Amino acid sequence: MSTAIGNTIVSLPDQSTARLPKRHYINNEYGLLSWLLTEDHKRIALLYLFSVTFFFFIGGAFAGLIRLELLTPQPDLVAADTYNKFFTMHGLIMIFLFLVPSIPGVLGNFLIPLMIGAKDLAFPKLNLLSWYVYMAGGTLTLAALVLGGVDTGWTFTTPLSTHYLNTHVITAAMAIFITGFSSILTGINFIVTIHRMRCPGMTWFRMPLFLWSHYAASLLMVLGTPVLATTLVLVALERLFGIGIFDPAKGGDPLLFQHLFWFYSHPAVYIMILPGMGVVSEVISTFSRKRIFGYTAVAFSSVAIALFGFFVWEHHMFIMGVSSYSALVFSLLTMLVAVPSAIKIFNWAFTLQKGSITFETPMLYCFGFMGLFTIGGLTGVFLGSLGMDIHLTETYFVVAHFHFVMVGGGLMAFLAGIHFWWPKMTGRMYPETISKLAAVTTFIGFNLTFLPQFVLGYLGLPRRYAAYPPEFQVLNVLSTAGATVLGFGYMLPLLYLAWSLKYGAIAGSNPWQATGLEWQIASPPPTENFTEIPIMDHEVYDYEWLANKTKKEVTTVG
Amino acid sequence: MGLSPVLWQFLVNWLHNASLFPAEASTIAPYTDALYFFLVLMTIFGTTLVAVLVVFFSARYSRQRSPVATQIEGSTLLETTWTIIPLAIFLVVYVWGALLYFRIYNPPTNAMNIYIVGKQWMWKAEHPGGQHEIDALHVPMGRPVQLTMISQDVFHSFSVPDFRIKREVIPGRYSTVWFEATKAGNYRLFCSQYCGTQHSGMVGWITVMTPGDYKTWLEQSTSGQSLAQNGERLFASMGCNSCHNGTAAARGPDLAGVYGSKLTLTDGRQILVDDAYLRDAILNPSAHVTAGYAPIMPTYQGQLSEDGLIDLVEFIKNMQSDYRVQQTLVTAASGESAPTTPPQAAGER
Repeated sequence: MSTAIGNTIVSLPDQSTARLPKRHYINNEYGLLSWLLTEDHKRIALLYLFSVTFFFFIGGAFAGLIRLELLTPQPDLVAADTYNKFFTMHGLIMIFLFLVPSIPGVLGNFLIPLMIGAKDLAFPKLNLLSWYVYMAGGTLTLAALVLGGVDTGWTFTTPLSTHYLNTHVITAAMAIFITGFSSILTGINFIVTIHRMRCPGMTWFRMPLFLWSHYAASLLMVLGTPVLATTLVLVALERLFGIGIFDPAKGGDPLLFQHLFWFYSHPAVYIMILPGMGVVSEVISTFSRKRIFGYTAVAFSSVAIALFGFFVWEHHMFIMGVSSYSALVFSLLTMLVAVPSAIKIFNWAFTLQKGSITFETPMLYCFGFMGLFTIGGLTGVFLGSLGMDIHLTETYFVVAHFHFVMVGGGLMAFLAGIHFWWPKMTGRMYPETISKLAAVTTFIGFNLTFLPQFVLGYLGLPRRYAAYPPEFQVLNVLSTAGATVLGFGYMLPLLYLAWSLKYGAIAGSNPWQATGLEWQIASPPPTENFTEIPIMDHEVYDYEWLANKTKKEVTTVG
Repeated sequence: MGLSPVLWQFLVNWLHNASLFPAEASTIAPYTDALYFFLVLMTIFGTTLVAVLVVFFSARYSRQRSPVATQIEGSTLLETTWTIIPLAIFLVVYVWGALLYFRIYNPPTNAMNIYIVGKQWMWKAEHPGGQHEIDALHVPMGRPVQLTMISQDVFHSFSVPDFRIKREVIPGRYSTVWFEATKAGNYRLFCSQYCGTQHSGMVGWITVMTPGDYKTWLEQSTSGQSLAQNGERLFASMGCNSCHNGTAAARGPDLAGVYGSKLTLTDGRQILVDDAYLRDAILNPSAHVTAGYAPIMPTYQGQLSEDGLIDLVEFIKNMQSDYRVQQTLVTAASGESAPTTPPQAAGER
C-alpha cells in the first residue's frame, strides 16, 4: 500500500473483518421455488448464466467432436451423416442457445436496471417468461438431438430441409422458433426499460455505453427475430403440407428462403456482437481510469451498426445468381457497415492514451477481443468484396471469419464481462493469476484453431466436409491442436469461478473503483437494488466524481 | 531418432503440402490473387496498427508510469480521420471487388458451352457433342468454357479453387459460370454448398488438356448421339413438332433461329431468348406465350428430366431451319400411328 503506486487498482476491504452483506438477492429467499418463480432480474440473470453455460459446454463438446473427426482426412471417427448432425447441433446450440442470449440474458438482465438506477426491468414477469421460453426451446433442441439429431445445418437451407432429409427437422425448427420468442421478449423488456425507467438525471448521453449497445441489439432482436420465426414456420409448412413457397416445381422460389433467412441471420451477428462491444467499453474505461474517447461516436456507431445491419443480408448470396445491380448495392452497404466497427476499435485504443492502465483479467480479455475482432472484421471485408467473395464463400475462410467475430469477439467479451462483474454478482473475487492464465490460453488457442482455417479456405476446402483431400491434413491437425488448447482455456473459468463462490476474497462494493451506479451499491446487491432511487448528478465515466465521493466517505468514517 | 513414425509422416506431409495458395490455373486466378494480396496487406496493416496502439499505450500509460489519467473528451479531427481512411480503403476494395465480380461472371461471347447437372451426390457433365461424364470434366486449355448448370434436387455449388471460380447450382433455374484454363493438369472440383449426407463426397476432377489431346478425347468419348440429336428425338416424341413446325398452319411459334432473338410476349414483355427462357417456356408455357399465339401449350413439368430439358434446349438452340421437323411430320402423317412417337424419326440421319 505504502509503496508509491501498485500495478493494480483492485481495492478490497480488509479481509479479516470483511463480510458479505447480511441480506442480499441471493440469500433473500431460499428454496428451489424462490428461484423458479423469481421476478428479480438478478436472479433471472443467474438462471440464464447456468443455462447458457450448460448449453455452451454441450455446443463445445460438439465442436470438440467435429475437430476430432477432422484430424484425419477420412470420415473414420463417425459416418458422414453423424458428422453432419454434429455441426448442425454445434451451430444451433452455439448461436441460438448461447451467443444470442449469453450477454443480454446474463449481463444485460443483471446490469441494465442497476446501471440506470432502477429497481427492476420494466416487465419482471415477462423477463421470467423469456427464460422459460428459452428453456422450452433449449429442451426441444435437446429433444431433437436425443431423438436422433438433425442434419440441416443451422441454416435450414431449402429444399434440402423441406424435401430431402428424414431427420428431426420440424422439431429443431420448432425449437428455434420458440427460442426466438425469448429473444423478442428480452428485447422488448430492454427497450422499454431503457426508455422509461432511467433514474433522475440519467439522460441518454449519461448512460453507460453498455446500455447503448444493448439498446441497439434489442432493436435488432425485436425487428429481426419475427422474420426468422416466419421463415421457420414456412419451412415447417412446406415440409408437412408441401405448400410450395420455396419449391420451384410448384412455382416457389428457393432463393426466397435465402433472402428471408439471412434477413434475420445477418442482423443476428450484430445481436451477438453489439452487447459484447458494450462490455468492452465498460471494462476499458474502468481499467484505464478514463472516460471513453469519443463517447458519442461509440454510442451512435452501435445504432448505426444496428441500422445498416438490416440492409446487408444479400452478401450471403453473391454467388447465387442474384441480380448484379443488387449485388453492387449490397456490397457497398457491407463496406459501410464495417466503418462503425472500425471507429469503435480506434476509440477504444485511444481511450488507453493518457490513461492509467492496469491489466486485470477482464482487461486482458478485452485486449483479446480487440485483436481478434479486428481480424474478424477485416476478413469480413474480403467477403463483402464481390469478386473476392466468389472464391472464398462456402469455404473454411468463412468459418474462420465468423468464429473470429462471434467467438473471438462475442465470447471473449462475455468472459471479460463475467470476470468484471463477478464480484458484483457473487460478492467474491475470482482468483487473479489463474484467470489471467485462462485469458492468455484462450487467446493463443483461439488463434491456433482458426488462423489455419483462413489458409484452408483460400486453398478452397469447402465447409461442412466430413472427409477432405489429404493435402489439407496438416492445417486441420494444427486447427484441432488449437481447439484442444482453446477447450482447456474455456474449462478453467468454469472451475475457478465455482471455487471462488466459497473461497474467493470478499470483494466489497467497488473492487475496481468503477464509476457505474451498479458499483455504488453492496455486492451482491440487495433485492431492491437501491434503498433510495439514485440521482445521476454527474457525467458517465466521471472518475473525479468517484474520487471525491470516496474521499468524502473516508473522512466521514475517519 | 526417437521420433515416432506417425509424427515423421506428419512432418513429411507438412513439407510436401505446405502450400498457402492454390495453383493459378485459369486466366482469372491472377486477378483474384492480386485483390487477395491487397486485402491480406490491409488486414496485416490494420491488425498491426491496433496491436501497436494497444501495446504502446499500455506500456506508456500503465499505472506505474502514469498514475493519474488525463481525461479527454474525444477529438473530432482524430475521429474523422479514422472514419474517412477506413472508409476510403473499403471503397477501393468495393470497386476492385465489383470489377473482379463482373470479370468472373461475364463470359466472353466466344465461349464454348458445356452443361452441368448437379444431383445428390454427383456432378454430371454433358458436352454438346454427346460426351457424358460423371464427377469429371475434360476441357481444353486456352479456350473460354462456359458452364450452364442446374440442380436436379437441392442447392449445390460448383467450385474449382484452382480456377478461383464458384457458382451456386440451383434447382429450377440455370446458372452459368465460365473460365479459361491456362495450364494442363488435374484440378479439384468441389461441391461447396451443403447438400446432405454425402456432401463431402460430391467431388471430382477437372482435367485440362492441350487442344490436340482434347480433340482426341472428344472423338474417343462420344456416345454417338449429340445433345441436339437427342433433343430432336425428344422434340418429336413429346409432340412438340405438331405445333412448332414452321408451317403456315402451325399453332405454335416457329422455333428455327429463335435462340438469341428478342421475343414480344402477349403481356407485352420483351424477352431475350436464352437457355433459361427456353427451359422456363417448356415447363411453364402459360407464363411465356409469344404475342400472336393462343395459350394452348400444356406444361411439361414432371415429364422431362433436367437432362432431357438440356437436350431440347440444345436442339432448339442449334435449329436453323424447320426442314427436318417438317420431315418428321411427313413421316408421321404417312404412317398409321398417332403423330406423337414416330419411331424412325430420329433414326433417319
